[in-house]
Amino acid sequence: MITTDICIIGAGPVGLFAVFEAGLLKMRCHLIDALPQIGGQLSEIYPHKPIYDIPGFPAINAQELVDNLMTQISPFNPSFTLGERVESLERQPDGSYRIISNEGTVIHAPVVVIAGGLGSFEPRKPEIPGLADFEGRGVSYMVKNPETYRNKRVIIAGGGDSALDWTVFLSDVASAVTLVHRSDSFRGAPDSAEKVFSLAERGKINLLLQSNLSGVRGNGTLSHVGILGKDKTETLLEADALIPLFGLSPKLGPIADWGLTIDKSAIAVDTTDYSTGVERIYAIGDINTYPGKLKLILCGFHEAALMAQSAFRYVYPAEKLSFKYTTVNGVNAF
Amino acid sequence: MTDTIHITVENQLGEIRQLEIPEGINLSLMEVLKASDYDILATCGGMALCATCHIEVLEGMEALEARSDAELDMLDTLPRAGDQSRLACQIRLNAALDGLKIRIFANN
Repeated sequence: MITTDICIIGAGPVGLFAVFEAGLLKMRCHLIDALPQIGGQLSEIYPHKPIYDIPGFPAINAQELVDNLMTQISPFNPSFTLGERVESLERQPDGSYRIISNEGTVIHAPVVVIAGGLGSFEPRKPEIPGLADFEGRGVSYMVKNPETYRNKRVIIAGGGDSALDWTVFLSDVASAVTLVHRSDSFRGAPDSAEKVFSLAERGKINLLLQSNLSGVRGNGTLSHVGILGKDKTETLLEADALIPLFGLSPKLGPIADWGLTIDKSAIAVDTTDYSTGVERIYAIGDINTYPGKLKLILCGFHEAALMAQSAFRYVYPAEKLSFKYTTVNGVNAF
Repeated sequence: MTDTIHITVENQLGEIRQLEIPEGINLSLMEVLKASDYDILATCGGMALCATCHIEVLEGMEALEARSDAELDMLDTLPRAGDQSRLACQIRLNAALDGLKIRIFANN
């Protein structure tokens, strides 16, 4: 078990800067992020894009900002759990929390700060009546173990790289593979698309273009998938497995189940200290909402500062907080 | 040309309303829809990442600028996208859009 003063969920720019603000008040932080690297969106999505509204930096590349933040917080020696998603928070009798990840990592802290940005990226599910009933019973949104599809009749839907790649891969494993795509061309990697067209020409796979999923049938487990063809008629195909691969979409994920007040996929907070309605849990950065909220990194930095002042009372209940400037006090490393 | 951009919006319930937007507002259509209290999440804030501002253009497609690669890539992953699909966050408002008619998709 990892023990710390503040467990920060999300290692994006706002989560990182929270380490600095907490550190000034002698509070140690542990960060956990579902992504395999620190930096959140900045590193994952637009590392080379310039950001123009960081005070003091006329322009700074996203990854450079992350690197600078890491340098800035290094005196406070934060620790990280990366590539793991927080699944649950367990409130302890003394009010502190046990934070548990999908890999079973346990972090114990008196304060939890959610700096989760857009949330976690989860598979986008097509709107087909009854689809959820077959999840885990023939329908899955990612391929975890290709061997489970050996000698099965598999239908893949989608037109991106993962749909193309898995179609090619599973054509050697499954007894039959059908790829369903709504358009008649693919925007995925051209050589993957070529392979798919070639497999279709040789009769190795069944390629249904200008077609859409329309229904799922089965008695407990999946047996048939309805496909709406370009002539707008529905065909029922026999299938053991359906894999819709429509990319990833940012979702709150398990955060939605923690008893917090959620407003339009964001956590409602009190702007005096960015606390949620649940004691000792704060939310800062893009994941929170309040009247006038702007999803800006600089707003998240401000929220981190006020959060730290408020969280101090839970980490050092016997001490009185006195506000000090870094220009006066410097940065006292741990 | 006009100094007001009129855009007709059909929401997820099929209700139709005309928005009057001052020209020169320099916002994306997503931002205007959010400000007009339409039920769209726009989770990613306009980066063509979440597709929660997916709309269907009913009239006026020719007045819109072509889709960027980022928008095309995202639309291509959506189960329900069609030829008239756009991401509202990628549409900058300008006077040429006067008369546009759109329908908002149900949130994905």
